[in-house]
Amino acid sequence: MAKDNENGVDRRGALECMVWAGTGLLWTVAGGVPKVQQILGTTPANAQAATGFTFAQISDSHLGFARPENPDTNATLQEAIDRVVAAKDKPAFMIHTGDISHLSKPAQFDTADKIIGSSKLDVHYVPGEHDVIDEDNGKAYLDRYGKNSKGKGWYAFDHQGVHFIGLVNVFDLKAGGMGNLGAEQLAWLADDLKGKSASAPIVVFAHIPLWTVYQDWGWGTDDSMQALDLLKRFGSVTVLNGHIHQIFQKVEGNVAFHTARSTAFPQGEPGKAPSAGPMLMPEGKLKTVLGVASVTVKQGTHALAIVDTPLLAG
Amino acid sequence: MLSAFQRALAARTIPLVFALAFPCLAVPAAAEEIHVKIDNFVFVPDTVTIKPGDTVTWENVDDIPHSLVSKTPGAFRSHPLDTNDTFSFVFATAGAFDYFCGLHPHMQGKVIVAP
Repeated sequence: MAKDNENGVDRRGALECMVWAGTGLLWTVAGGVPKVQQILGTTPANAQAATGFTFAQISDSHLGFARPENPDTNATLQEAIDRVVAAKDKPAFMIHTGDISHLSKPAQFDTADKIIGSSKLDVHYVPGEHDVIDEDNGKAYLDRYGKNSKGKGWYAFDHQGVHFIGLVNVFDLKAGGMGNLGAEQLAWLADDLKGKSASAPIVVFAHIPLWTVYQDWGWGTDDSMQALDLLKRFGSVTVLNGHIHQIFQKVEGNVAFHTARSTAFPQGEPGKAPSAGPMLMPEGKLKTVLGVASVTVKQGTHALAIVDTPLLAG
Repeated sequence: MLSAFQRALAARTIPLVFALAFPCLAVPAAAEEIHVKIDNFVFVPDTVTIKPGDTVTWENVDDIPHSLVSKTPGAFRSHPLDTNDTFSFVFATAGAFDYFCGLHPHMQGKVIVAP
């Protein structure tokens, strides 16, 4: 198999493996055919020339977490936001794929709003399981972030011809199960997609991966297949998730899946680490495994390019 | 108004009267406290067998919060346990209580309460 980059990761390997460190990975999807262009630290000029718009993804900021794996999650979130703001391709808006807070405490949400607000960007949130563990079972999150949403916080919006869908899969979790969308949300999704042209590019974002990354750790969503079935007829579907604090990507048919890094701490590699808990990095290495993602939509080609940028090049 | 002396007398007398009235009551075995550790996303031990009236105390030693939710709705539910937090629950009635972590539902455990 052809080697696509000097690190010796072949194309299949790069698509299926988790990326731990190193510089950004540029990944484009054109006509449903994904291609790793190169491993790089900055967006190449040709990607920018055809840019329709770019949006940023941040995830898993876990404000309130202060342990040896990262004693200052406020500072790393601020650094991530500064990186988003400083990007050459100014993002049109930002999405946050959940676990804003560590323990759903008002003070943690307040701090997040202050730091994320410093970007002056519109931010579209979906909750992580850490955001809905207040006494009132998610009220703190929904009161603050769910004003224009349906049900337990899901919604859709359009931006320059791209249809964005924020899904919520952290409520009503079942014993022995993984993430959960639920019948009400799936019915809403079916209705939302009804009548949409199959050529409309779709971006779906949710906290827990919408495909099974690793069942033993609950890294998947029990009823995600029902959502993916509804998305099958569309020519360009990009699914963006968080939760697992590492980059993982794969392509199935016209659907490209991608998880973002955390801005707080890395988690272990499935099957290798003893558990899904925070991973302690060697001195000076933490920022090589934290970061942000930037997604560029090239209009006319239905191509999305995802660039993951660590806070510090490894 | 009772005088201080009368109040003291009443306080001393009531337990005495109670003991005299029920002289045959067996002294129940002292309720025990059973510990379950939450370590590496696992309840250790994952199954405990206790007697009615015993207390189970969970302690989270992970670097990430966990919570306890009974599979039977409403039987018991903890607040989120951050690192080193504990939660105790007295199981008054016999039965088998399956539970899971509210944040990581693949984590499961069971409390068997048998007389």
